[in-house]
Amino acid sequence: MSASQRRLFWAFLRIGLFGFGGGPSMIPLIRAEVVSRHGWLDDDEFADILAIANTLPGPIATKMPGYIGYRVGGIAGCLTAVIAVIGPTIVAMIALLGLFSRYRDVTWIQGMGQGVVPVVMVMMAQLTWDFWQKSRLTLGWLVSLALATCAGGLIYWLGVHPGWIIGAVLITALLRPTPRAVKGVAR
Amino acid sequence: MIYWQLFLAFFIPNIIGYGGGPAIIPLIEAEVVGRYGWMGAQEFAETLALGNALPSPIATKMAGYVGYDVAGIGGAAVAVFATVVPSLLLMLGALGLLYRYRESPRVKRMSQWVRPVIAVMMAWLSWSFFSEGLSGAGLIHTLLIGIVAAIALLRFRVHPAFVVMAALIYGGLFLG
Repeated sequence: MSASQRRLFWAFLRIGLFGFGGGPSMIPLIRAEVVSRHGWLDDDEFADILAIANTLPGPIATKMPGYIGYRVGGIAGCLTAVIAVIGPTIVAMIALLGLFSRYRDVTWIQGMGQGVVPVVMVMMAQLTWDFWQKSRLTLGWLVSLALATCAGGLIYWLGVHPGWIIGAVLITALLRPTPRAVKGVAR
Repeated sequence: MIYWQLFLAFFIPNIIGYGGGPAIIPLIEAEVVGRYGWMGAQEFAETLALGNALPSPIATKMAGYVGYDVAGIGGAAVAVFATVVPSLLLMLGALGLLYRYRESPRVKRMSQWVRPVIAVMMAWLSWSFFSEGLSGAGLIHTLLIGIVAAIALLRFRVHPAFVVMAALIYGGLFLG
């Protein structure tokens, strides 16, 4: 492993291990390592790459390391950075949950599993609220509610696969002419 | 066959999931619990709880564990591959093109318009965790844990890892 690969590995390992709270919360950490500490990118480049990564779907916390790793160390750098960010916690997940499901028949282990469900319910409700608020602030509550109701009805009442609905929304957003929408946002 | 299903189950949520990691959770649930029935709501909730307690992106942790649970190490590799590689290849391959459109209002609109759809799916998922709580822990425990967790997470900004750990201990002592 060359020196630059090793630096990439440690930088993204730190980002992966200290990045609690999912992808978007890891961006400041990535910036600290990549811009401030190692100088692989300058501020403007980092902002551009973040904006580009946001034009694509999928987790932000693997697109950024993958691209930065590729810039610094080619294909090998790309692999090094991605594995360093996601590898350790995937192994931890499999080990912990594997242990957990082996003893699923023990009653107090079952109790632990049941105890955690309401916590996840609260976390999901909080995410629902965040997404609703963001959506209300950008689209207005009427449009948000209309979109949410239509989508909810199609998915849960008529059983349409969510992929079709989101796909249709994405294509409409991409192809529909912009001028009126821009005015709507400025208003 | 199982590998192809795993690939699709994680490729689809990640290729339509605009708005970062959390947006992908209800989409993954729709595939893993809803479509293929690899997990029940309880097991999905446990996976999500541990996923939230550990660092690094949630989408790859879910993929890694679900893949492993369904088809071993190979399954984990396929699910993580489907999560990471397609969008990364697009980014490396189409960088110039994407650079031109990075400030485009149409592109910004994509994640804005998807948000209400994700929100309604998240609301549905919260509800399904609530009914899972009712049939497992029962109404009183579900409300008690839920309210204490909400106060700890929202009011006192306690780290999710500690809240999950407290719920595990409570569950081990008083439930089951």
